[in-house]
Amino acid sequence: MNRASLIFAALLVVLVPLSLLAGRVWIDPFDIAGGGIANAALILAELRLPRAVLAIIIGAGLGAAGAAMQGYLRNPLADPGLFGIAPMAALGAVASFWLGALIPPAWAAWSLPLLALIGAGTGMALLALIAGRTSSDAAGGAGGGIALFTLAGLMIASLAGALTALAITLAPNPFALSEIVMWLNGALTDRSWREVMLAAPLVAAGIAVLALAARSLDALTLGEDAARSMGLNPARLLALLVIGVGLTVGAGVAVAGIIGFVGLVVPHLVRPLTDRLPSSLIGPSALAGACLVLAADSIVRVLPLVTELRLGIALSLIGAPFFGWLLLRMRRVGL
Amino acid sequence: MLAAENLILMRGGKPVVESLTAALTPGTITAIVGPNGAGKSSLLLGLAGLLEPAAGSVMLDGQALAAFPPRTRAQAIGYLPQTPDIAWDVAVENLVALGRLPWRDRGTAAVEAALGALALEPLRNRPVSQLSGGERARVLLARVLAGEPRWILADEPLAALDLAHQLSLIAYFKACARVEQGGGGQGPGQGVVVVLHDLAIAMNHADRVLVLKDGRLIADGPPETALAADVIAQGWGVAARWLGDAGERALVAGEV
Repeated sequence: MNRASLIFAALLVVLVPLSLLAGRVWIDPFDIAGGGIANAALILAELRLPRAVLAIIIGAGLGAAGAAMQGYLRNPLADPGLFGIAPMAALGAVASFWLGALIPPAWAAWSLPLLALIGAGTGMALLALIAGRTSSDAAGGAGGGIALFTLAGLMIASLAGALTALAITLAPNPFALSEIVMWLNGALTDRSWREVMLAAPLVAAGIAVLALAARSLDALTLGEDAARSMGLNPARLLALLVIGVGLTVGAGVAVAGIIGFVGLVVPHLVRPLTDRLPSSLIGPSALAGACLVLAADSIVRVLPLVTELRLGIALSLIGAPFFGWLLLRMRRVGL
Repeated sequence: MLAAENLILMRGGKPVVESLTAALTPGTITAIVGPNGAGKSSLLLGLAGLLEPAAGSVMLDGQALAAFPPRTRAQAIGYLPQTPDIAWDVAVENLVALGRLPWRDRGTAAVEAALGALALEPLRNRPVSQLSGGERARVLLARVLAGEPRWILADEPLAALDLAHQLSLIAYFKACARVEQGGGGQGPGQGVVVVLHDLAIAMNHADRVLVLKDGRLIADGPPETALAADVIAQGWGVAARWLGDAGERALVAGEV
């Protein structure tokens, strides 16, 4: 465990109890300790705790995926959302609003997350299919795998975006329209242990897969040719990355909608605390992502607004200016 | 022995190396020279096992390189690319330690030896963004050396260096070739294969020179014969003559 992991783990330990107490109804820890209020215990167990756990899971997945994507693309401006998997998951979720009438009632509660996962899986398959088709010639450095991967991801992302927009404009009824739009803006409101049970194993598996790719990502620090000369297997790395990002990001979108900028921003917060190699970033970025989403979700809960600010919007409001600042700084000092 | 046998390499659907046969011996410095676009870098990639032969083969100690598992190949052959851009601003020490990736160990002794050999100890904690061009070239070579490969394949390692740094790197390549690994002092050292643009450096410092033109070998042998004036005329279309004595020659070239 490196220094950055310790720092963000400690921060998480502080944030969790704060998040549990914060909300429209502030909970006084001494009430619960004294066995006072049954309501408070209920709020904690059924509302706040699953929501906090879900924030940690989703944030961890997005943070780890961001660190891995930046390592793979050798670019600090990479975000897992750019590469088609999150937009495809969103498209799958939007499809569930459309298919609502066709889905047997017993499945209704699961249709959205399952279709989102199917969307993420389709995105992964497309990405692997297109980016995996590098001939040995291309792998020899003539324009090669990573550029193709980026372009394939952008193509899938814009296709999914267009289809999602189409689904919105042709929404079957105004209710579905507002549901879709609200859902696309990502939130953890009213999530329960059901969503936790769905997302936790997928995100954990995804982070484990990304951890397997860590040393290969380090090799890429010196470029594709040098990395291959050090024994990197590009096909294996691509597979690990597509599966790892697909599981973490797909599961996140399936239960919480689109939550942007976490994967972009978090590795930048972590990098200065490490030796800057991708392998040193994945673990701490998972912890830092958990902190960021947990903190942001707690803040949107206590903001005195008529309706709760959507988490996805809040994070984009924080993330976009940060991104701009990053671009300016890079122009000034390089990486 | 690292040998190309009737090697044909293709890039972008076009042949870049055609029917090339050459067996390289460890303990020597082989220079690959030729005009721009002759296929030098492609040949080096092919010899490193990073560009799959379209026909023919590259053999390492009698076995086809293409059949080696990537890590086994990486342990035997170290490759230094021509324009290595470094994605992350890591410290010198950590960058050199990446050379141990094929072995999946920390290889502290090998990393220290590589840092020492290229006089990088004072820079070990410096981020690579704060290095000069010469320092950066030494760090990148140290990364290759840290992997303790039996073969060092370097694509224009001298290109960005000033004269003093060129000479110190050449001296280092010579030491690699002359000294057996482990410092026993017996038997051949590492095989060194470098792509060079400066023909005088190839003439004065290489043990053997391969001259490529349009993907074909037009000369192969000791520098005095492989870089004779008629070969230079054929390869580069330039009239040239060598001045000075063997080992300290200078090239004077003009229009044909």
